Amino acid sequence: MASSKAYEAGVKEYRDKYWTPDYVPLDTDLLACFKVTGQPGVPREEVAAAVAAESSTGTWSTVWSEYLTDLEFYKGRAYRIEDVPGDSDAFYTFIAYPIDLFEEGSVVNVLTSLVGNVFGFKALKHLRLEDIRFPIAYIKTCGGPPAGIALERDRLNKYGRPMLGATIKPKLGLSAKNYGRAVYECLRGGLDMTKDDENVNSQPFMRWRDRFEFVAEAIDKAERETGERKGHYLNVTAATPEEMYKRAEFAKEVGSPIIMHDFITGGFTANTGLANWCRENGMLLHIHRAMHAVIDRHPKHGMHFRVLAKCLRLSGGDHLHTGTVVGKLEGDRNSTLGFVDQLRESFVPEDRSRGVFFDQDWGSLPGVMAVASGGIHVWHMPALVTIFGDDSMLQFGGGTQGHPWGNAAGAAANRVALEASVKARNEGREIEKEARDILTEAAKHSPELAIAMETWKEIKFEFETVDKLDV
Amino acid sequence: MTNTIGDYQTKPTLETFGFLPKFSAEDVQKQVAYIIANGLTPSIEHEHPSNSMDHYWTMWKLPFFGETNMGNVLAELEACRRSYPDHNVRLIGYDAYTQTQGSCFVVYEG
Repeated sequence: MASSKAYEAGVKEYRDKYWTPDYVPLDTDLLACFKVTGQPGVPREEVAAAVAAESSTGTWSTVWSEYLTDLEFYKGRAYRIEDVPGDSDAFYTFIAYPIDLFEEGSVVNVLTSLVGNVFGFKALKHLRLEDIRFPIAYIKTCGGPPAGIALERDRLNKYGRPMLGATIKPKLGLSAKNYGRAVYECLRGGLDMTKDDENVNSQPFMRWRDRFEFVAEAIDKAERETGERKGHYLNVTAATPEEMYKRAEFAKEVGSPIIMHDFITGGFTANTGLANWCRENGMLLHIHRAMHAVIDRHPKHGMHFRVLAKCLRLSGGDHLHTGTVVGKLEGDRNSTLGFVDQLRESFVPEDRSRGVFFDQDWGSLPGVMAVASGGIHVWHMPALVTIFGDDSMLQFGGGTQGHPWGNAAGAAANRVALEASVKARNEGREIEKEARDILTEAAKHSPELAIAMETWKEIKFEFETVDKLDV
Repeated sequence: MTNTIGDYQTKPTLETFGFLPKFSAEDVQKQVAYIIANGLTPSIEHEHPSNSMDHYWTMWKLPFFGETNMGNVLAELEACRRSYPDHNVRLIGYDAYTQTQGSCFVVYEG
């Protein structure tokens, strides 16, 4: 029988309670790996324990009321410390949190604990959440993607290849009717879907209702003329949840198969609610990630995008932007492959070479389509097909609408390049190495592709990655 | 100044590989090989072109479970085409693991 302990006021060292190197994590524990850079002179174990305490049950001073409960049952535990390769100032700490610390089905609650006050803690110079292992017991409480990859393919009749899209440009300033024109031109030329830019919400130049109506007509006409299924992600991100739902309802009313949300600026509460709405209304949900680089780009502080990606899969979304590796936006190849797996697979094993710190079992949660978008064009196609595989949405904005003949020809150029790459891959060719041959051959049958290849032949984005994997 | 901009005409297409030139017999054979090599189950469907946007086309027999002989699949494609010369005929690779189709393209247009 447990004996009652006497209350002792005062300040204790965190490591007395929260550093437990002998602890064997339970299958139901939520595990986290932080990269910690402490202030000089503070022992690693004390810093690790402080992170565990401040992100779970602890506060700086002992309080009498903690004797009314069993904190041994609820506390987070720092159970391992590791060196960070190539960085003597920082170290990794692994922390186990009992599942009862978190409300079921709430990534909001998980993040409020794990990346809450602790990130401002004075004893730390920098802190970065590298990865979370969600226990399967917790995953089973989350709704996840409203449809998932397989159902999306079935609804849209797209098989055996990545899907093709484009963000409508210019991103701001078009009237609703002219915007619908740009959508129609892309879709009739061979794109599967087009997309509202993230900052297109409902501005004075184009109110949301007018955009939805003209875009719906554009989709309908393109479907009738091409005989293929089409869509456009109508962005329902709004100032309030009430407004967001109003727009989602209208998107459904005009027959759109898909809507879109910005999960970080909109917030996880709005996102999870909208994902539930989509599931109940047979709507696909495309997720943009504005603001992510504020949080995830610094290698020593914030949280890695793989954590945001995992949280999004739990909160719900059918597509998520992942960067392109080859285009204009930051993204290390192995690291990108690491979190693309987290979006799509049912089990992802620990793999430090991809920045994956834990085995992750996703159970039966549907997969999220990886979206590659930003500064990509036809020359990148073979590499994109190799990197992202079939379960991806490749989006060429400038690379479609910047074509000298316009959107439809630009779309056709991309579609030819995509299908030529997939055909060659299926035939067993090494399409990244043979990119030039494959595209040149395909362009013989497509003047649109030949012109696209000429237009973008010199455009490369070769800058060193800021957020590299620690190796 | 001469205007060099081309006129892009909308084409009716039949989804995957609809933008490539018509496949030769060898091209089709290589895609059948891909389906078999990836453990997908080959299956054949046909439908009148006026119904090509329907999700369900009519199945030709049953999916060829366990089939590893390319020649048999090609022969079935040919037999389906002979029976329904005015139909579109498509080849599917069912993926039992992801519960969707790992491959699907129209081999013959009606």
